[in-house]
Amino acid sequence: MITGEQKPVEEIRKMIAPYKRILVLGCGSCVAECASGGEKETAMLASALRMAARMNAEDVVIEEMTLDRQCVMEFVIQLDKAIDPYDAVLSLGCGAGVQAVADMYPEVPIIPGLNTEFLGETKAQGVWAETCLGCGDCMLYDFGGICPLARCSKQILNGPCGGSVDGKCEVNPDIPCAWQLIIDRLDKFGALDRLEEIYPPKDWSTKQGGGPRKIIREDQQK
Amino acid sequence: MSHESQLKNVLVQGKFSVTAECGPPKGADPEVILKKAQLLKGMVDAVNVTDNQTAIVRMSSLAACALLKTAGLDPVLQMVVRDRNRISLQSDILGASALGIRNVLCLSGDHQIFGNQPQALGVFDLDSIQFVQVVKGMRDDGVITGGDSLDHKPDMFIGAAANPFADPLGFRIVRLAKKIKAGADFIQTQCIYNLNRFETWLSMAADKGLTEKTYILGGVTPLKSAGMAKYMKNKVAGMDIPDDVIKRMEGVPKDKQREEGINICVETISRLKELKGVSGVHIMAIEWEEAVGEIVKRAGLYPRPALDRA
Repeated sequence: MITGEQKPVEEIRKMIAPYKRILVLGCGSCVAECASGGEKETAMLASALRMAARMNAEDVVIEEMTLDRQCVMEFVIQLDKAIDPYDAVLSLGCGAGVQAVADMYPEVPIIPGLNTEFLGETKAQGVWAETCLGCGDCMLYDFGGICPLARCSKQILNGPCGGSVDGKCEVNPDIPCAWQLIIDRLDKFGALDRLEEIYPPKDWSTKQGGGPRKIIREDQQK
Repeated sequence: MSHESQLKNVLVQGKFSVTAECGPPKGADPEVILKKAQLLKGMVDAVNVTDNQTAIVRMSSLAACALLKTAGLDPVLQMVVRDRNRISLQSDILGASALGIRNVLCLSGDHQIFGNQPQALGVFDLDSIQFVQVVKGMRDDGVITGGDSLDHKPDMFIGAAANPFADPLGFRIVRLAKKIKAGADFIQTQCIYNLNRFETWLSMAADKGLTEKTYILGGVTPLKSAGMAKYMKNKVAGMDIPDDVIKRMEGVPKDKQREEGINICVETISRLKELKGVSGVHIMAIEWEEAVGEIVKRAGLYPRPALDRA
């Protein structure tokens, strides 16, 4: 999923300060899963903003609504019936969601309420971790299912570096050394010999070679 | 001015090499480098210049190497893959060769979070092993990444680092083998305080025939104080300082600790000299270049072979 965290309320209040009628817009997908922009968090943030406005005697209307997905036009279009009364939208979608809504409503300021973080997984309740860079050329087979680009602090493809001690990364002892994980896992499969060859430099053109990426599937186009 | 690698000459002739380290200043004054050059001249075969070590902005390694070269020393250009992509790394190899720099040490580099620029983007486009392989391709085949040909090959004696004290030990040998396969002519090790572990690593390397395929230079750092020893043990990743070394430093009065640090360093070098498979020693006297001459002399490594003027 795409993970995100809410921006500090003070930062949000500064961004919405010029507006009188604000719609706080949640997203029921990834950011709901990581408890930062779903229906519940949207209601809580809207309520906190209303309270802050009241405390400061500000004459504003703050209401909320949550779409199933902010990044897909078919869902965003539901805003057609709702958006008119508002002069700004505070989106709790990821960066893609914010831009998809802005794309649909070019006349309305769409303000980001989250800091979008990374592609990751839920490790435990309240714990999310980055495990994929979205590089466009998956190498997980070669590394036993553990991505050194996303999980090694130095993105080493021929690791581990000299900072791997007791299975921990030198950058932070809370980070497991991705290379220790790779070695342990390939060892279980009897595939350690895969690591004896020099892994060639990454072809980054699949990530950023052509500028912003786009997938076009003619078989999916009607 | 000689345009050959003195380090390579010494090693190829089967002599025990001595190299030292020169950290560039946090400023633009060339005199800092030239003063360090005078302290090291004649004491060592070549001088490593660190590349923004500990991720702190300093005078560029390439510029400091050029200054050392004008002072008549044989510089070893350290290059980390943290700050430059493959375009820039290859370009700097060509520039270094054009300036007469004949040794390069290819490193990952300390992570940017440790230095004074924690907000910097870490590049890590190539890793250190890939970088060794790229430099070898440039030197031997005149080819850069992607396959284009150079119209003039750079001349470089290529080095890489190894840490015998990091984990997992078995895989350290696999990685050493990969560095040699990639093209490492010489290997500089992390600072050796735990000689037993170093010898275990060395014999594992020898069993795989690796000590015959590259020149291994043992790294040593004279301790300035017991405090420094404890700091390095606890704060520097992959640094292995046994308790008896720390006790020994603590066992002498503060004003004698520098002397004791030099004693330990000289003893370590004496043992390294006797080890089959160790071709030289790399003295990393951190901001203490004055100590190098004494260490070299007391370790019986002075005078150094004459500079080749070919």
